[in-house]
Amino acid sequence: MLLDAKIPTGPLAEKWDKHRFDLKLVNPANKRKFDIIVVGSGLAGASASASLAEMGYNVKTFCIQDSPRRAHSIAAQGGINAAKNYQNDGDSIFRLFYDTIKGGDFRAREANVYRLAQVSNNIIDQCVAQGVPFAREYGGGLANRSFGGAQVSRTFYARGQTGQQLLLGAYGALMRQVKLGKVTMLPRQEMLDLVVEDGVARGIITRNLITGAIECHGAHAVVLATGGYGNAYFLSTNAMASNVTAAFRAYKRGAAMANPCFVQIHPTCIPVHGDYQSKLTLMSESLRNDGRVWVPIKPGDKRAPGDIPEAERDYYLEKKYPSFGNLVPRDVASRNAKEQCDAGKGVGDTGLAVYLDFADAIQRDSLATVQKKYGNLFHMYEKITAQNPTERPMMIYPAVHYAMGGLWVDYNLMSTIPGLFVLGEANFSDHGANRLGASALMQGLADGYFVIPATIGAYLAGHGSRNIDPTGQAFLATRKEAEGRISRLLTGGGKGAGKRTVDDFHRQLGLLLWEHCGMARNEKGLQEALQKIPAIREEFWHSAIVPGTGQSLNQSLERAGRVADFIDFAQVMVVDALQRKESCGCHLREESQTPENEALRDDSNYSHVAVWEYAGKDTLPTLHKEPLSFENVQPSQRSYK
Amino acid sequence: MSNTSKIINLTLKIWRQENPASTGVFKNYPSGPISTDMSFLEMLDVVNEALTQQGEEPVAFDHDCREGICGACGTVINGQAHGHQQGTTLCQLHMRNFKDGDTIVIEPFRSRAFPLIKDLIVDRSALDTLVAEGGYVSVNTGGATEANAILIPQQTADQALDASECIGCGACVAACPNGSAMLFLSAKVSQLALLPQGQPERAKRALAMVRKMDELGFGNCGNERECEAACPKQISITNIARLNREYFKASLFSREK
Repeated sequence: MLLDAKIPTGPLAEKWDKHRFDLKLVNPANKRKFDIIVVGSGLAGASASASLAEMGYNVKTFCIQDSPRRAHSIAAQGGINAAKNYQNDGDSIFRLFYDTIKGGDFRAREANVYRLAQVSNNIIDQCVAQGVPFAREYGGGLANRSFGGAQVSRTFYARGQTGQQLLLGAYGALMRQVKLGKVTMLPRQEMLDLVVEDGVARGIITRNLITGAIECHGAHAVVLATGGYGNAYFLSTNAMASNVTAAFRAYKRGAAMANPCFVQIHPTCIPVHGDYQSKLTLMSESLRNDGRVWVPIKPGDKRAPGDIPEAERDYYLEKKYPSFGNLVPRDVASRNAKEQCDAGKGVGDTGLAVYLDFADAIQRDSLATVQKKYGNLFHMYEKITAQNPTERPMMIYPAVHYAMGGLWVDYNLMSTIPGLFVLGEANFSDHGANRLGASALMQGLADGYFVIPATIGAYLAGHGSRNIDPTGQAFLATRKEAEGRISRLLTGGGKGAGKRTVDDFHRQLGLLLWEHCGMARNEKGLQEALQKIPAIREEFWHSAIVPGTGQSLNQSLERAGRVADFIDFAQVMVVDALQRKESCGCHLREESQTPENEALRDDSNYSHVAVWEYAGKDTLPTLHKEPLSFENVQPSQRSYK
Repeated sequence: MSNTSKIINLTLKIWRQENPASTGVFKNYPSGPISTDMSFLEMLDVVNEALTQQGEEPVAFDHDCREGICGACGTVINGQAHGHQQGTTLCQLHMRNFKDGDTIVIEPFRSRAFPLIKDLIVDRSALDTLVAEGGYVSVNTGGATEANAILIPQQTADQALDASECIGCGACVAACPNGSAMLFLSAKVSQLALLPQGQPERAKRALAMVRKMDELGFGNCGNERECEAACPKQISITNIARLNREYFKASLFSREK
């Protein structure tokens, strides 16, 4: 497999301009001759669909929810970064680029990240023009806040619902094109496979989730904007329907998967409280600005927090990291919380939680001040847990949050299958081994509004607009495979007693990954996971119960298909984690630590993107490496002591 | 996890309907032991897992983010859309709000404009069609002016965001005796009428969206205020008053048709 990232030559700051000039264009009158399929309607999918339709392409957009507005981008709370430097605090495109590439622990491409920082400013302009009600200063200008430990205030926000407001902007633009007839919107449709003919992407196979009909859709290019795979862990902050199926099907058709083991684990989520738990809820990490993290010094101390005297509390982050204290980055905070719980010092009924205490902040600044800052978060916490964080310390625990890994793409966002483009969280491109706060929204919109409209034309111009026949051989063959899979899911499992539900398998897989392929990994655990996954797969296909039929709305069947792919995908994740014998970004490889037990990156051996090629059903994937070179920044080891 | 956590048992009367053409019925299900820390949807998960084990088809219901923002979930609980707790989506309603031995009636949002698909799932695509009629600013990607060239007073931006918090769940329609979408529609019209970006299409938007609402089979507003009471985001009916003003102004003084 040839990995050509197609990074333009020339100075970093001029690459994107130069590239756009070098790209072939499609004549305005010819754009209507091209059909483009977009899968997913989150920030990346909706913004791409709208922008491509505005340019004149015929767009078909698919989503699994009942409306494009429900995509999980909607749940992003914190904000979106941009290098506007409105606060006059020394921000610049270069600084945003530098922070992002450093935050990613030097495992992303310089050119991609620089472009992201460049277009960040256009995104804000675009969203404001659409009427996105960002927070404002008294003078009417846009307000900013500092977020995720950034030294400058560059985050734009709309209360705690920035993702919602940005998505509604993109959704409005999308619906405008639906009205104009340039986008055909197909909700409640799930992509089951990618159709590849003569080596290029030609279309997709979908299941109409209402009628169960398996449909063939052809196009001159296919754009995947299907989000991340955090739900492989069963419990995550992702929405229930978020899944890896579209990306994984593309992988099996020849699109390489990059860095799948890079998964971000967010430190401040509401802890698990029972086996029935269906998802984890994130609490904004701004809480760590005033909350103090602690556990009892004595393992197994079951006293109520108020009964534990000051001298018997371990404020472990403040002790271990005196200069950053409770504000250490996400990965460090998460890892330390798990370490404390593993040592038996976790609190709450399950022992899988640590305290986040606001008592000192309340005493210092008054209850009213603290309430003003965090009132809505406290309210949300109390609704879920029935506990008031101003009276009893909040309990938090880390949860899977964001997938940095994803399908490999070049500078044009095209995968290793010509004509298949991948945007947003579904690709691997911009966050390296760790994503900074308020950067996910930025990347989704950068890809959709500004990158794909420029790059897709060059592919289309070079490939002609011949008619694509969705009843052709390639479509029928792929469709038949999808149908076969569905019938195996429906009949392979037992319908009798004693058999297991799909969720039960999903939970088992999730626990295995969390234990062995989570924040901290080691060779032994990963080997164990790799060994156990085939057995889970085997049992799943034999005894997972999937009631109902394929010819109607069947949510059990939908879940079964997704879990089947999560099981196969988990193997690729674990293989990738095994190969990367360094600590990096979001994860600690236990064999790779400094004498002070901090993460130790290994640039001489792992300064590359690990790119996995599907090698058949019973074979482990083949590794390819895209080397990373740094010409404009000097990779440095992170230190928060 | 809370120290007040309890186990309760409930009787559920759930609307079961195979497809739009079949006849629906309420069926009784024992909930089995339910922790009061569960969310309502987690309780339904537990019931569905048990049904699946018995080889019966689980209850179909829409849900996704489970943190109260995507707007996918929503059924009528004991006669109230999203249940009795104010300002709460169904996924954020917790079982500690119910008592041991309670009978809970669970049925889909019922409204002419929301045809039933299966069990508790209805088709709310009419709301998307309504947005397509003008719930946006007609600006193409790329042509935007510098963001801070448009100054917006903080209070105005706050008011616009209050309206724009709508999650499009459709509870307002389900709660309205007339099946009206006025709260949903007025939230979008208000957001854009308040902001300078929305001015060029202000009159056209109000007229076109109201006309479309009528076409789609939604009823009209009768000032019952049920929508406001059911809204999980507590969108105010002052938005409906604003929409009425926008509509009259546009009908009387604009050249838009």
